[in-house]
Parts: sequence; C-alpha cells; structure tokens
Amino acid sequence: MCALGLLVLLLCAVQPAFAKSDDPVLLELQTLLISSNNQDRTKAIELLTQSQHELAFDIYGLLLEGKFFFNRTDNQLYLVDRAEAGQSALHFLDERDVVIERPRDFRRVALNNAQRTQIRRVMAQTGLTADSSKTRIKAVRQMMGDPDPEALSLIRAAYTSETNDKVRDLMAVAIAIDTLTQTDEAAQRDAIDTLAASLEPRARNALNQFVSQTENASLKELAEKGLIGIEQKIKFYKGLETVYFGLSLGSVLVLAAIGLAITFGVMGVINMAHGELIMIGAYTTFVIQQLMPNHIGLSVLVAIPAAFVVSGLVGIAIERGVIRFLYGRPLETLLATFGISLVLQQAVRTIFSPLNKTVETPSWMSGMLEFNPVFAITLNRLYIIIFCLLVFFALLMILKRTALGLQVRAVSQNRAMARAMGVRSERVDMMTFGLGSGVAGIAGVALSQITNVGPNLGQAYIIDSFMVVVFGGVGNIWGTLVAGMTLGVANKIMEPWAGAVLAKILVLVFIILFIQKKPRGLFPQRGRAAEG
Amino acid sequence: MMLWNLIKEDRGGQILLLLLAIAIIAVPMLNALPPDHALHIPTYTVALLGKYLTLALLALSVDLVWGYLGILTLGHGAFFALGGYVMGMYLMRQIGERGVYGHPELPDFMVFLNWDSLPWYWTGLDQFWFAAILIILVPGLLAFIFGALAFRSRVSGVYLSIITQALTFALMLAFFRNEMGFGGNNGLTDFKDILGFSLQARETKVGLFVASAVALALGYLISRAVIQSRLGKVCVAVRDAESRARFLGYRVENVKLWVFTLSAMIAGVAGALYVPQVGIINPNEFSPLNSIEIVVWVAVGGRATLYGAVAGALFINYAKTWFTTELPDVWLFALGAIFVLVTLFLPKGIAGLFRRKEASV
Repeated sequence: MCALGLLVLLLCAVQPAFAKSDDPVLLELQTLLISSNNQDRTKAIELLTQSQHELAFDIYGLLLEGKFFFNRTDNQLYLVDRAEAGQSALHFLDERDVVIERPRDFRRVALNNAQRTQIRRVMAQTGLTADSSKTRIKAVRQMMGDPDPEALSLIRAAYTSETNDKVRDLMAVAIAIDTLTQTDEAAQRDAIDTLAASLEPRARNALNQFVSQTENASLKELAEKGLIGIEQKIKFYKGLETVYFGLSLGSVLVLAAIGLAITFGVMGVINMAHGELIMIGAYTTFVIQQLMPNHIGLSVLVAIPAAFVVSGLVGIAIERGVIRFLYGRPLETLLATFGISLVLQQAVRTIFSPLNKTVETPSWMSGMLEFNPVFAITLNRLYIIIFCLLVFFALLMILKRTALGLQVRAVSQNRAMARAMGVRSERVDMMTFGLGSGVAGIAGVALSQITNVGPNLGQAYIIDSFMVVVFGGVGNIWGTLVAGMTLGVANKIMEPWAGAVLAKILVLVFIILFIQKKPRGLFPQRGRAAEG
Repeated sequence: MMLWNLIKEDRGGQILLLLLAIAIIAVPMLNALPPDHALHIPTYTVALLGKYLTLALLALSVDLVWGYLGILTLGHGAFFALGGYVMGMYLMRQIGERGVYGHPELPDFMVFLNWDSLPWYWTGLDQFWFAAILIILVPGLLAFIFGALAFRSRVSGVYLSIITQALTFALMLAFFRNEMGFGGNNGLTDFKDILGFSLQARETKVGLFVASAVALALGYLISRAVIQSRLGKVCVAVRDAESRARFLGYRVENVKLWVFTLSAMIAGVAGALYVPQVGIINPNEFSPLNSIEIVVWVAVGGRATLYGAVAGALFINYAKTWFTTELPDVWLFALGAIFVLVTLFLPKGIAGLFRRKEASV
C-alpha cells in the first residue's frame, strides 16, 4: 500500500497539468499492453521509446517491477501492489482508486526476458544521456546493482562525461558495487571507501553482503568500519528528522498560541474563546474553498487575510460586548469567555452541522524535498514552519515598530500613565484584542491544512496554547516562540520510546514542575508591570 | 449547640440544611407512595436528585478554595474523578463472577486485555472500609503533593489556574491509556451491587440519595467550621492581601495547603457518591472543561457563600437536564449566555440577589 501511495505521488507530481486519459500516447500504450499478443508488448516498449514521453521512465520502472495489471472485465490498465481481494488498485489513466473485489479479474502484464533486457537497455541509454539530471539519477538508481554487465559498461561510459556532481557520485557508487565483487584488492579498497561515503540503501546492502562473504580480514575490517560510519550518519539524519518533526509540531503550537500571547500575555485577558477564534479561521478557509472550488491553490492564500478579518471582527465584538466591562478581573473574564466559546461552538454546529468538514490541500503544498536517500522532508510541514515564522516576525514588527505597538505596550505597562499621555486606551484595547484574534484566525488557516475542521477544533488547542504561553512567560512573545518550539521538539524526541500519549503527559508534568521552579515562565517580565 | 453556632449567622445555610433535612425525610416517603399517587416521586428522579446533590458537594469544595482562599482551581474535577475511580474499582470488585467473561477476580476489561492477575493497586479494594479510606486519601494525597509543590514556590493567580488545568488534562490522558489498568476509554461500568445491595433496587437508590444529602450537609458543616475558625479568617486575609498576611507572620503556604487538601477530599467523597448513582466512571470526568463548568456553578450561585455554590450547582444541572431533553440544540447557547450574563450583571451570583435585600433591610 505504501509503495503504491508513493507511485501515485510520483505520477501526480510529474504530470499535474492535464489528465492522462487525454494523452494519445498513453491511450495507445494501454491498448498495446492489455493485448494478449506478446508482440504488442514489444511494440509498446518501442512506442514509449520513440515518443520520449515524460512519464516513460516511471512506466519502465513499473513494468520491470511488474506493477501493471489489466482488468479482464473492463479492459483497462491498473497499478496494483498486491492482487488480493480488499487491496486497492489505481486506475492508470484516470488515477482513481478501486478496491479489488475479484483478484482473478486482474492479470499481470508479464514481460519476457528479451523485453526486460530491451527496457533496461533503453532506460540506460536514454536515461543516462537525458537532459534532466533528475532523470539521469533515476536511471542510475534503476540500474544500480543490476548484474547485467552491459548496464555497467554504459554507466562507466557515461561516468567519464558526466558533469553533474550528484549524478557522478551516484554513478561512482554503482561502479563501486560492481568493483567490490572483483578480485583486485586495491580497487576493492577504493570501492569500500566510495560505498562507505554513500547513504544509498543499495550501497549499504552491498557492503553488508561483502562483510558476510569475504575472506580477506583487512578488507572485512575496512568494510565494517565503513558500515559503522554509515549507521552513525543514518542515526544523525534520523535525529535531524526528529528535530524537523519537532519544529513543525512546535510551529503549530506557536501558531495556535501566538494570538493568545497577545490577548493573554500583553492584555492580561484570559481568553478561553481563543480556540474558537482559531476554529472560525479554519471555517473561513472552508467557506472560501467552497466559493472558489476551481482555484484550490489560490483559495488558501485568499483565506489568510479573510480569516484575519473575520476572526478579528469577532474578537472585536467580544471585546466591545463583554471583555471591556471586566478589565482587572482576570478570573471573571475566564468565565465569560468560556461562555462565549460554548456559544461559538454551538453556532458553528448549527450553521455548518456538527460533522467535520474537509478542507483541501493545494497541490503546491504537497511533495517532498529529498536531501539524501535517508533524509527527506515533506513540503507541507516546511511551509507551516515558514508560515509560523512569518506570522511571528510580522507580529513582532507590529508590536515593536508601529504606533499601535507602542501604544499597546504603553497601556499594558501602565494604563493610567498611558491615558495621561493621551493614549486612547479603550481604542488600543479594542485593536489589540482584534489583532490577537485575527492572528488566531490565521492560525486556523494553517491548522485547516493539517487537522480536521470541526466544532471541537478550538478545544483541542486551547490547553496547549495556554501551556505554551505560560511556559514561555506571560507578556513575552519571544518566550512563546521558544516555548512552542521547545515543547514541540521535546514531544517528538520522547515519542519514539514513550508513545504519543505518554510523551504528552510527560510534557505536561514537566510544565507543572517547571512552573514551580520559575513561576513566571522561561522569560519573566521584569519591572513593576510584572508585580500587578 | 456547637452545630448551631456554626450556622447562627448564616441564613442561607440554615435554609439549605432545613431543606436537606426535609428532603432526607420526605423524598423516601414520597417515593414509597403508589406510582399513581399525585405526590409520588419516581425512582429515577430520586437518583437524579442524588446525582445533583453530589455535584453540589463538589461545587461546595470548589467554593471553599476559590471563594475563601482565592485559588481559582480549574482542576477540581480531577479529585472528584479520582474519588469516583476508587469507588468504581470497589464496585468492579463486587461484580465477581457475574461479568461477561465470568472470571472470579478480574474485571472484564482485564480479561479482554489478556491480563492474568490484578495489578497491585487493585488489591484490597474488595473491602468497603479500605475503599472508603482511599476515597478520601487518594485525592487528598494528590492535592497535598501538588499543593505542597505549588504553594511553596508561590505559584499563584492565573499560573496556578493553568497548572491545575494541566494536572487534570494529564490525568485524563493517562486514564485513557489501557495500560493504566483503569479500563481505558470505556472506564469502569456495569456495576452490580454496593455493600451487598443491588444498585438497580429502588431501596438502594433511595439509600444513595439519603447518603448524598447527609454527605452534603456534613460537608457544609465542615466547610462552615473551617470558615468560622481562626484558620478561616486567615484564609480570607490570604485571599484579599496575600503579601500582607505573609508579612504579619502567617505561613500562607500552609494555610493554602491544608484547605486545598481538605477541599480535594470533599471532592473525592462527592465523586465516590456520584459513581454508583450514574453507574459509570470514565476518563472524560477528568476533562478540563468539566472542571471549568464546576467553577461556573459556583460563580452563578455566588462566590464565598457556600450555600450559593450549592444553589448554583443545583440550578445549572437542573437547567442542563431540562434543556438537553427539551431543546438540546439550545443548551450550549443558554449555558454560554448564563456565563456571560452572570459575570457581567450578577458578579455576586444568585446569592448576591438575596444578600443585597438583607443589607437594605
């Protein structure tokens, strides 16, 4: 299933622009491949070679792996991982998923040896000389470890004229795997060095195999050392991956908490409706997608300002209607805003139904960024980290560099003095609360991409948000950033050995104990304002 | 005489205790009337009333720390649920061989998880006296440890509220885990009998109602005794001017710690009486929202009056029952509106309405 998912990703990523069912080459290919005549399959390979289709390489790979099946009932081509009942099959042209009901209907598109060799040769020849370095890499990977001596000589030939470093390195690995099986000891030594520097799974396999087979003690030692080095590198990249996951979780926490850092931290209002303001942002994204169903990629960008405005206005209404009567009574605001949160939740249930809504993820947000064979990062997490930092620094700029920010800080430090200096504190309160609420709305847009959008969305994040703000130190938005990222990374580091739930419990217990040690958080406010 | 002194100046308390006394006598009698009689109280109503009374006791415990000590606890549901879980464990042990799997000792969910023996913390809980001690001891101990840490390091105000919330949230997540041995998601349920009496029997339900009413009355008198004592005066001093009380030489953290622990014990008893009447205890009782709701009962009833907390709990829970059966969609709107309106227009709660009258006379 996993491999199939990867295939889908691969095929979609290569050709997002038009439907495959309109492609004449692919249609022709389908007719040839489902034919019972063996000659037709050879023709299919030739057709693909001549057309120089951009999917050609992927299709060759799938053919070699035997993933192509045709369905006898509808004579269509499918991609299948395992032809068993209950497994899913992907329609080749329409890219729709089907559940296999009767496995007997699916017949594998089988190739004979001559056809396989033909494909390998074509792949090597066209792939190694292709213009795109990505295709060349794909070709080398495909041929790596292939016992066919012809393939290797092709790589050797291409190696001398290759200019791209990445491709060259990969080719060197492919050659080294072969050299390892030869008998020249000096060459073997070089090959081991080359393989030990590579993170390709095939290189590791070759070394492992070599260690178990060789009788040369010094070479064996060298290879073992190389393997240890590889293991360490893998461990390092796994660590890096954990940190990356932690940062992306941390970004989510920071996004959820940062609006609260303003309303709670700067204004001292315990806003229990904060989660619902996030929820409103997420629902705004949903509504915008409903309004522009043909521009999903754009809709998310439109939703950001829209969510800011909608949540901001709701926030201002809350401030004007309720909170302004309760300044100086933080615990009472807690109760009143909790009441508001219940009303908002029920309102969403009444308007949109209690069921979760699906918000689509735009195609530009999906995909992977591959650094090396063991370390790849998903793009949507990367975008969330970047988005979080953008929001954070924009907010920091507003607070530090604008007139509004100056007034906000003045009022939060000394309300009476600020008023005496001519600051309209009522208006500042309104704007500050609106700003905090608007940022919560923006967080909602980001959260709509990674979790379910439903009436309980806000509740799920409110406690985490409070933890982050309190851990970081109330009134300090840098503290919120550091706290959110720390908690995110800590959570992900503990997850592998403690499990997700226990990791969360441990983080909570840690916060409880931490507050004992530093009752005012990581970065406490100093001065007289803090005593209030 | 001593008892009278406790409530001599407390008109609300007098009325409350009088009503409780009437209820203890009248409800069982009215319930015993034939079903077609006009004054007959159906058994399910008795059980419902009993449930309300346990929640009122819980509200009382919150008012003790919030009203008189100024600690806004957002985690009192945890102590309530712990008391409930201890009672639930006792009730599970009473099922014996009558479970679905018919195991003589292990509760059904443990058999289901392929456990072959009881975890150590389940031992002894087949004895009621031992369970009764733990019902008070477990919440008390947790409150004592938590309070000792928090109050010594002078965590106060909003920070304290947030970490109490973290406490109950962490416990909720923990109790959701099957490995904890408390039934995970489903909690403990399918109870059969308590002290040998079937929980389905009418007499047991009436008995539990009476027990809840007595517990509420006792809880009220104990809280009242604390407030009337010198300790109570110090509590109010801590609430109104913590630094000043400290500078006058009072050990503020000890005052807070003892009252907080006492309050947790009362909440534990409330939980223990709640569980047999509703027939289930699960991790949702730990949910932070529940704890906030308790605070709201107190706020609606009126802080720092004790009887106000009782009135608030009864009022909101009755309203909840009414709305969720008659107008389920409107309930959250109504509850939310009550929160907002009470904080805006009735800062002293329902009790404040009567007090103002008293003062003007």
